[in-house]
Amino acid sequence: MALKDAYSQALVELGRTNPSVVVLDADLALSTKTKRFGTMYPDRFFDMGIAELNLMGVAAGLAAAGKTVFASTFAAFATGQPYNVIRQSIAYANLNVKIVATHSGISVGGDGATHQMLEDVSLMRGLPNMRVFVPADGPQTADIIRLIAESPGPCYVRLPRGDTAILPGVYPTELGKAITIRDGRDITLIGCGTMVYETLRAADALIAEGVDPRVLLIHTMKPIDRDAILKAARETKGIVTAEEHSFYGGLGSAVCEVVSESHPTHVRRIGVRDTFGESGEERDLMEKYGLTWRHIAEAAREVLKA
Amino acid sequence: MATQERLLELEEIALDLRRTIIDMIYEAGSGHPGGSLGIIDVMTCLYYEQMRHDPQNPKWEKRDRLIMSKGHCCPALYALLAKQGYFPEEWLKTLRKINSRLQGHPDINKTPGVEFNGGSEGQGLSGAVGMALAGKIDGSRHRIYCIIGDGENQCGQIWEAAMAASHYRLDNLVGILDRNGLQIDGPTEEIMSVEPAAERWRAFGWHVLEIDGHNYEEILSALEKASRVTGKPTMIIAHTVKGKGVSYMEGTLSFHGKAPSKDELVKAHTEFDISKRRLEARKQQAMAAAPSGGA
Repeated sequence: MALKDAYSQALVELGRTNPSVVVLDADLALSTKTKRFGTMYPDRFFDMGIAELNLMGVAAGLAAAGKTVFASTFAAFATGQPYNVIRQSIAYANLNVKIVATHSGISVGGDGATHQMLEDVSLMRGLPNMRVFVPADGPQTADIIRLIAESPGPCYVRLPRGDTAILPGVYPTELGKAITIRDGRDITLIGCGTMVYETLRAADALIAEGVDPRVLLIHTMKPIDRDAILKAARETKGIVTAEEHSFYGGLGSAVCEVVSESHPTHVRRIGVRDTFGESGEERDLMEKYGLTWRHIAEAAREVLKA
Repeated sequence: MATQERLLELEEIALDLRRTIIDMIYEAGSGHPGGSLGIIDVMTCLYYEQMRHDPQNPKWEKRDRLIMSKGHCCPALYALLAKQGYFPEEWLKTLRKINSRLQGHPDINKTPGVEFNGGSEGQGLSGAVGMALAGKIDGSRHRIYCIIGDGENQCGQIWEAAMAASHYRLDNLVGILDRNGLQIDGPTEEIMSVEPAAERWRAFGWHVLEIDGHNYEEILSALEKASRVTGKPTMIIAHTVKGKGVSYMEGTLSFHGKAPSKDELVKAHTEFDISKRRLEARKQQAMAAAPSGGA
C-alpha cells in the first residue's frame, strides 16, 4: 500500500473529527494525495502553487491563529527550498505545523536527482523543536499522522513516492519508541521507512547462515529511542543501520551519536554514500546505490568478522 | 474621523514613544533606531485608533493583529506594547540582553503582543496571509495588518505572499510598506530598485494607497479606506523619513542599526523637548480654535 494513500485517508478522517485541521499543498496535491482532503473539505484546503517559501510561512500563520496545519509537497521542495522559513517561522516559533513530504529518497525514480531528496532527515533533525518521523508502512503512517495531530508542535514526516509491503505483524505505534521485530544476540539491524523490508530480508539471509540478528524498526528519528539503541549496543556485537537517505545526517548518524557518547560500538551505515541520485527504475537505483538486503547482510558479516 | 485634538494627542503619544525607543536602544547598546522612528507614527495610529485589541488579553481570538515583518524595528513595537500595558515597562531596559523577554527581533513566545517571529526578512507577510485565511475560515471579522520594509520588498517570498493574498481575495489583510528609500548598503534604488512600487502591488492584485507616513490625517484616512475595500487586500505605501524626529538620524544610512552615543542621546532628548513644546503650542491653538473650547 502506498504510504501517501494511508496519509490521505488519515487526513480525511482528521478532517471529519478535528475542525481545526487545515491542509496546504504546493501544486502537487494529486501526487501527495492531499487532494482528497481538499475535495471533501474545500474550506480548509489551500493550494499555494509552486511557492514553497510562502507555503511554509502561511502554514506558520495559520498555526499561530490556532489551526492544526498539515503542509505537503515533495521532500526536496518541502525541506530544501523553504528551509529558512521552517527554521525561523515554524521551528523557532514552535508552531503546530506538520510537514508531511512525499517522494523522499532515491526510489522517486525517473525524475532524477533534483527530485530524489536524500538530505531531508538530516536537515530536519538539526532543527530544535522539530520532531522527525519515517514510517515504514501504511498502518504506521496512519498511526503517526493521528498521533501527531494530537501532539502540538512542529513535526516532519517523510514518505516515499511508492508502495511498501505491510509489516509481518502488528506493532503498536508509540511516538519515540523503537519496535523490536526480532530479538537477537549477535548483531543488530536497524531499519527505517522503505528499508525495513530490505532489513528483514537481510535478517532472513543471516539467520540461514546461523547468525542470530536483532531487528529494530525505528520510525522516530527525533526524539530517537536512545534506550533501545544502547540496549542493542550492550547486548549485541555491533549495529548496521539502513535508510533510503544519505549516510550523512540521518538514521545512521543518529545511532552513531547515541552510542559514541555512551557505549562506543561498531556501526555500519547503509545509505547513499554522499552522492546525488540519477534517473532510473526503482529496483535498479536501489541496487546501484547500495540500498538492498544484500548490502545490509554484507555489512553485518563485516561487523561480525571485525 | 478623528478630531484635531485627537490627532494631536496621537502625535504626543508618538513623541513619547520616540523617547522610549531611543532610550531602549541606548541602554541595549545596539538596535535599529532609524526604521523604528520612521514607522512609529503609523504604528501609533494603528494601536491607539484603528485596531481592536486588548492588552489584558493578548490571545483574544477576535483581536486585530499586527505583524512586524520588518522585524528589526521591534523597538517601535515594544515601546507601544509596553505603553499599552502588554507587559511591564521595566522590561524595556532589558532589550537584547541575556535572558530578556525582549529579543533583538520579535519572538512570538517570549513577548506578549508579538504575533509572529521576525528578523529574517520576507517571512511575516506569509504569516499574515495565514492569519487572514484563518479569519476567513472562522468567518471572523478581525483584521490583519503587516508592516514590511522597502528593502524587504526585494524578497521573493514577499511576492509569493502578495500573489496568494490576492488569489484568495484576502480583504481582511492590510499591508503597510514603510517606504523610506534606504536599506543597509545604500538607497534602495541604487541597491535593487523596487520602483515602481505602487504599480507592482497593483499588478499583483492589491488595492494601493499612498500616503505621507507622518501625516496623521492621511494615515487614519488610509486605514479607514482600507477597511472598506472588498475582494482584495490593501497595500498602504507610507512614505517615511528614516530616523524621523532626531535630526542627525533623519535620512541617514548610519543609524539603520546603530545605537546613539551618550552625547547623541542627550541631543535627541533636547530635540524631543523642543518638539514637545511645539506640540503643546499647537494643542493650545487647537483648543482656542475649537467651537466649544476656550473660556
